[in-house]
Amino acid sequence: MFAEFGSASILAFRTASYTSSIPRDRRLVLEQMEHIGSDSLPLVLIIGLFTGMVSAWQAAYQFKGMIPYSFIGAAVSRAIFIELGPVLTALIIAGRVGASIAAEIGTMKVTEQIDALESMAISPIRYLALPRISAAVVMLPILVIFANIIALVGAFLVSNFYLDVSSKVFFESVQRFFFVKDVLGGLVKAVFFGAVTALIGVKVGFETTGGAQGVGNATIRAFVLSSAMILILDYTLWTVIF
Amino acid sequence: MIEIRNLYKSFDGNDVLRGIDLTIADGETVAIIGQSGCGKSVLLKHIIGLLRPDRGAVVVDGINMAEAKEKDIYRVRRNIGFLFQGSALFDSMTVLENVTLGLRENGERDKEKLARITLEKLALVGLRGIEKVMPADLSGGMRKRVALARSLATEPRYMFYDEPTTGLDPVTSDQIDALIEDLTAKLHVTSIIVTHDMFTVERIAKRVVFLHQGKVYFDGRPEDLTRSNDPINRQFLERYRLLA
Repeated sequence: MFAEFGSASILAFRTASYTSSIPRDRRLVLEQMEHIGSDSLPLVLIIGLFTGMVSAWQAAYQFKGMIPYSFIGAAVSRAIFIELGPVLTALIIAGRVGASIAAEIGTMKVTEQIDALESMAISPIRYLALPRISAAVVMLPILVIFANIIALVGAFLVSNFYLDVSSKVFFESVQRFFFVKDVLGGLVKAVFFGAVTALIGVKVGFETTGGAQGVGNATIRAFVLSSAMILILDYTLWTVIF
Repeated sequence: MIEIRNLYKSFDGNDVLRGIDLTIADGETVAIIGQSGCGKSVLLKHIIGLLRPDRGAVVVDGINMAEAKEKDIYRVRRNIGFLFQGSALFDSMTVLENVTLGLRENGERDKEKLARITLEKLALVGLRGIEKVMPADLSGGMRKRVALARSLATEPRYMFYDEPTTGLDPVTSDQIDALIEDLTAKLHVTSIIVTHDMFTVERIAKRVVFLHQGKVYFDGRPEDLTRSNDPINRQFLERYRLLA
């Protein structure tokens, strides 16, 4: 485990050492931003909407007989901004993007495409790792902003249509208990989640051996590791930020 | 010039290279032969710095690839073209993008020049009109040719061929052999061909190095190897004698 952590840290530092080449490689970074960000947006919006809706029901269920429904907006929005938005979005990206990074780079590894890059004096870390990690670091917080907004809309729809909470009451409650720190804290977490998801995908991809089966295993491994790391980081960052 | 001194490499306790000594002068065309798993490709990957030896030195143009810094290794590699056994074309790129990647990464941005070089190199390997095709839509022989065009695009001083005819049918193998023979004559580069195909060796190589049990067992002219009465040499060549 310590060896794994050490090799991941080395990969992270080596990737960071190429940061100055981002302007030169902007086309590669933009391609990855599209893949990680734009292409993930529909899924993030759907899951965000339903997360917000179910959160409103959950809050109503827990409030029943104890707390007035006028507080649903505050409770749900804070849960979304701090936890649900960043963590669920990161888990979606771990499944959709982290696994695909591992599969793509793993396939390149077993078909000698990584060796081909090396033989052409092109660093695979600069060419493959840097665009993916930097794009994930930028795009995940942006996806979280979208997820937060749509989840809030979902919570409002349920509150308004099924729980008889007017829009005025709902949004006043959101506003009254709104803290910038909640949103920023969630976005800071998203930056770390993006970095760790892409880093694990790249690392697992580079370490892939054994043909198609190896690539399949790499995909699963990347998803499992990055999901676990997201939850561990979530706890760690909570203790630091909040 | 390439100098390999006392090279050792093992994988998980399996000793693949056990003290290789070999010098390849500029302009030579050398075939490295041996049974599957004898370390031919491993040796080639040491020369280009893709693998680091357990012991020994691999010196290319005065740079010890075993100890050199990344930037020095990359400087050496810019002079090397490498044809991989499975072609190793980038499957997310078109043929044109594959062929020009090395040039683009070296700072060439002129699209017209890149297109011209692609056409030139593809013509050199007997292909035309496939610049926009994806590698998945090419046959095995065509993929090999495109990979060859890609490795020639940067006009290297060294050409390494890793099993250039493995997995190809006899007719396509002959075409690839003819192509390498033609390129070797035209380009005057230092060529190393890793193969277990004696037809390739007899057609192209001026010198043959036979690896056996992790060491250089024979180093000389192909005709001397085929005339050899040594039982190990004969065992390796037997299949080809029968076919001939």
